[in-house]
Amino acid sequence: MTLLRVENLAIDVARDGGTCRLVHDAHFSVDRGETIAIVGESGSGKSLTALAVMDLLGEGLSVSGGRILFDDQDLTALSPRERNALRGSKVAMIFQEPMTSLNPVRSIEHQLTEGMRLKMKLSRKAARARALELLNEVGISDPVRRLKQYPHQLSGGMRQRVMIAIALSCEPDLILADEPTTALDVTIQAQILALTSRLCRDHGVGLVLITHNLGIVARYAQNVAVMYGGRVVERATARQLYRDPQHPYTRGLLASVPRLDLPRDTPLRPIPGAPPDPTVELPGCRFHPRCPKATDICARQVPEFSVTDGHEVACWNAAVDHTEGKGAVA
Amino acid sequence: MASYMLRRLIGSVIVMWAVATLVFFMLRLVPGDPIAAMLADAGGPDEIEAMKRSLGLDRSVFVQYVIWFQNMLQGDLGNSIYGSRVAVTSVLSEAIPRTLSLSLLAFVIALAIAVPAGILSATRRNSATDTTVSLFAFLGLSMPDFWLAILLIIVFAANLQWLPAIGYVPLAEGFWPWLRHLILPAIAIGTAFSAIIARMIRSSLLEVLKADYMRTARAKGLTPWMVMFGHALPNAMIPVITVIGIAFALLISGAVVVENVFAIKGLGRVLIEGILNRDYPVVQGAVLVVSAIFVFSNLIVDLLYGVIDPRIRLN
Repeated sequence: MTLLRVENLAIDVARDGGTCRLVHDAHFSVDRGETIAIVGESGSGKSLTALAVMDLLGEGLSVSGGRILFDDQDLTALSPRERNALRGSKVAMIFQEPMTSLNPVRSIEHQLTEGMRLKMKLSRKAARARALELLNEVGISDPVRRLKQYPHQLSGGMRQRVMIAIALSCEPDLILADEPTTALDVTIQAQILALTSRLCRDHGVGLVLITHNLGIVARYAQNVAVMYGGRVVERATARQLYRDPQHPYTRGLLASVPRLDLPRDTPLRPIPGAPPDPTVELPGCRFHPRCPKATDICARQVPEFSVTDGHEVACWNAAVDHTEGKGAVA
Repeated sequence: MASYMLRRLIGSVIVMWAVATLVFFMLRLVPGDPIAAMLADAGGPDEIEAMKRSLGLDRSVFVQYVIWFQNMLQGDLGNSIYGSRVAVTSVLSEAIPRTLSLSLLAFVIALAIAVPAGILSATRRNSATDTTVSLFAFLGLSMPDFWLAILLIIVFAANLQWLPAIGYVPLAEGFWPWLRHLILPAIAIGTAFSAIIARMIRSSLLEVLKADYMRTARAKGLTPWMVMFGHALPNAMIPVITVIGIAFALLISGAVVVENVFAIKGLGRVLIEGILNRDYPVVQGAVLVVSAIFVFSNLIVDLLYGVIDPRIRLN
């Protein structure tokens, strides 16, 4: 059953007396125990979407449209107090920067147990026992000693493991992981992702993995939503997306990832241009200025979604160059 | 930590020695003469000579310094050379509790105002509350403490007659009588201090509230109270504590002026009378105590860093 369904989510930022839309249309859904990836480059609105689900949008940012259905309950209709009650206990989040995401002056024990003591009403002793279990589970050796330590005594990888333990601590139904490995060494990245993904599967937790790295997606996510310029432009299973990417942007992304199955001297093809400036009004498809397939209509009208076999794409020319697109990637 | 403490202690002693020495020589460079101050025009040259000899002022300045220093190490700060010639230590032991009571009460009042005001104005930035707090902070900073002291006396002592205008009652004679006499002077001294601390807490908190770990704390669904007092304040207080240490000098110097307005014979009054009378030993002793208070309050601040910040405690 669907755990989280985000529908037509729009996010605005207050700016110089007016508002400016940063996210136009984000939509995706996650089931229990499922991992979905939201892929896009910086500024595509993927992190904002996650923060909106958490109700942690910063000052000046607000949800201006759409619905966030969690267990069939529209979160946007709840009061801040009700949202706060869900945070940590039902929905948890892992952030991008493990180095700065833990409070430098509080012990690991305090940071790991305070949520459990508040949300699960555990005693200090019970929370401590569970904290030791969690640290074991996320692969931190000598948890008794680590509990007494402070963030500055832990490496980046270990801090992210602590963040994962914190996220799991109150047995949430959903975890949002916002680029959880971007700040880590390459060798640690795979470990952390495998760990997060395994724990979520084992505990039946829905996982939303936000990333700009398509390599990650193939391995850990069952479904993918590709975001560009504040819109979801393509939505498919990971398998469909790799075999048959339909949006020119998705194809561009795949072509710019190095691949081991191609000759070593195959040049990577970057997407020309830069992501759209959200403060500039841009009619039509937001990708059209950078799109190799752009036609007249792309600059005039926002493309509608077409669905085949559950594979959703918002592009005027997706069907037209279907076969050609396949060739470009394979 | 232990070796750090030892280094700091040795440093503190050196600072106090330097201050004491500087004051000793500076006093003797200042125009004016204790004998002339005492005898006015009444004494002839012979009497002046006799007086100087009896007080040890006929010897070279350097010899005077060595004698004074030796005696000081034995806990003898000499006798007042003016009037009753009481021992400086007994003058000081009477004055110190008064000034300390006054400064500490001013400190407590200042923090009791500054912490909530700082938190309110940071969490409701650019709101009416924030503007009001800022307004009062600038007002508090701009008012000279002696002027505020006079104002307080006029309103609360003279007109409303709620609190006494002058004097001091030792704590031994009861908490309320002691407190009653200190409330007005403590407010007069503490106002500027609380304005500085409130502004400092505000800016420090605004910085901390933007930190990634605050987002983590909110993501846990903690209560706003837990987020503020469990996560934001412990971080925000680190820079504030530095300012508190430095601004503690403000409290002491405030006490010097305000004690005179409220006729409390604390260190400030002793110091001012001593200077007017060219009473060298008293001034030296009082300055030594003031510098000790300052040096040790900063030492306490440094220790507090270790308590509040594990990165300092554990390195």
